[in-house]
Amino acid sequence: MPALAIHNVTYTYPRTGRKRPPTTALANVSFTAEPGQTLALVGPSGCGKSTLLELICGLLAPSEGHLDAEPAALTPQNDLLLPWLSALDNAALPLRLRGASKQVAREQAAPFFTRFGLQGFERSRPDQLSGGMRHRISFLRCLLAGKPVLALDEPFASLDAITRAEMQSWLTEALRAEPRTVVLVTHDVEEAVLLGDRLLVLSPRPGRVIADISIDLPHPRKRTDPQIMKLRAEALQHLGLPA
Amino acid sequence: MKRVLLPLLAIALLIGVWDLYVHIDHVNSYDMPAPTQVARALYDDRSTLWSNFLVTAQEIIFGITVAALTALVAAFTMHLSTTARLALYPPLVVSQAIPVVLLAPLFVLWLGFGLLPKLLVIALVSFFPLVVTTTAALQRVDPNLQKLMKTLGASRLQTFRTVELPAALPGLFPGAKLAAVFSVIGAVFAEQQGSTSGLGYLLMITQNNLQLPEAYAAVAILSAFAVALFAVLTVIERRALPWAYHPGR
Repeated sequence: MPALAIHNVTYTYPRTGRKRPPTTALANVSFTAEPGQTLALVGPSGCGKSTLLELICGLLAPSEGHLDAEPAALTPQNDLLLPWLSALDNAALPLRLRGASKQVAREQAAPFFTRFGLQGFERSRPDQLSGGMRHRISFLRCLLAGKPVLALDEPFASLDAITRAEMQSWLTEALRAEPRTVVLVTHDVEEAVLLGDRLLVLSPRPGRVIADISIDLPHPRKRTDPQIMKLRAEALQHLGLPA
Repeated sequence: MKRVLLPLLAIALLIGVWDLYVHIDHVNSYDMPAPTQVARALYDDRSTLWSNFLVTAQEIIFGITVAALTALVAAFTMHLSTTARLALYPPLVVSQAIPVVLLAPLFVLWLGFGLLPKLLVIALVSFFPLVVTTTAALQRVDPNLQKLMKTLGASRLQTFRTVELPAALPGLFPGAKLAAVFSVIGAVFAEQQGSTSGLGYLLMITQNNLQLPEAYAAVAILSAFAVALFAVLTVIERRALPWAYHPGR
């Protein structure tokens, strides 16, 4: 049974005013994702990538078509950590929401700090952490929500190139330790090829799937690997960009 | 040190200029007393000033508390319900546009000479800045946080408690600081509409008796109290909300 099955989904945003007609963000999108698969989605700005994630997370309902998804947790583009909570309490937030006491939630979240190289930062407030650290904690929070599907919305878009590269290998390791079905939305084709087991290319609005490329390469992957570079070129070609 | 010294220096300079002006121009103390006369009045009338100060201080602290609580409730109601926001915001602005001069005598008429009409005047002048800044803080909450909280499994109430309530607090403090200053003016005004004690009342009778040094002494205490309230709120803000306080800003 796939973790995620999307059949002919169309989503149209209702008209917001007299002069703004309804916009169709996604048109007839279909794909499935197997449990444990990392699905990378790339596409031009405004092609409905974020809408797709909101549909997967159940924040929106499709206008047409059918969507079957196991429960999904969202990692937003900006880390959106709560500035008044410590790093540990931010990560433990989903446990608290499920009714765990502060103490129990902290005890359950603390081992993850050690496993994911965050030890020593438990008590730091978000504004005392670097961008990369904040994203790790944001991802950990998403992981601790205990949902089988993770929806990552351009998780590293706001980071500089070096931090982003570090975060990509960190995420690969983290997912190896804690396998989940991942839907990774990105506008970085290289990132998609490095992290995904499969790459879906979406067309400009309204988004449709125009290419479905499977990436059967072992991790960790090198961005200089000829096969990676070939896949990257293929994806860029689908987007109509020079490789 | 600079934080303490510079304002003290500015005030000292102001008092110096005032003293110089009164002495050089031989200003009559019925028109404007010299700072030394005010200081003498502060010392001589200390027990009267103190007992009346207690009355006013109590009114102000109660008034601000009432205003802060109602402002929080109002801001949250308007944040959670668009209908409430559309319905309440215009009347709120109207409530500020109606001069207190018009309302205060009515409050006295309805509620008598006790604490209540003063509380109402103080709460009325403090309420508006509190609501405006708290509402602004709530509006700054990233709408994506609500989506995120939903996918983490939070109920609406949990989102409110964990996200919106803490996010509103940094808005409450700037409003409370403004309210601290407005409320002093409000208290003086309310007392002058009908009361038998308080610094505002004292100010009125000393002025009518042409005891200007005493009147100025009352004003000096009121000003000091406003500054103290402001400072206390700043300290509480930094202690309680360290994450919202960015030094150097």
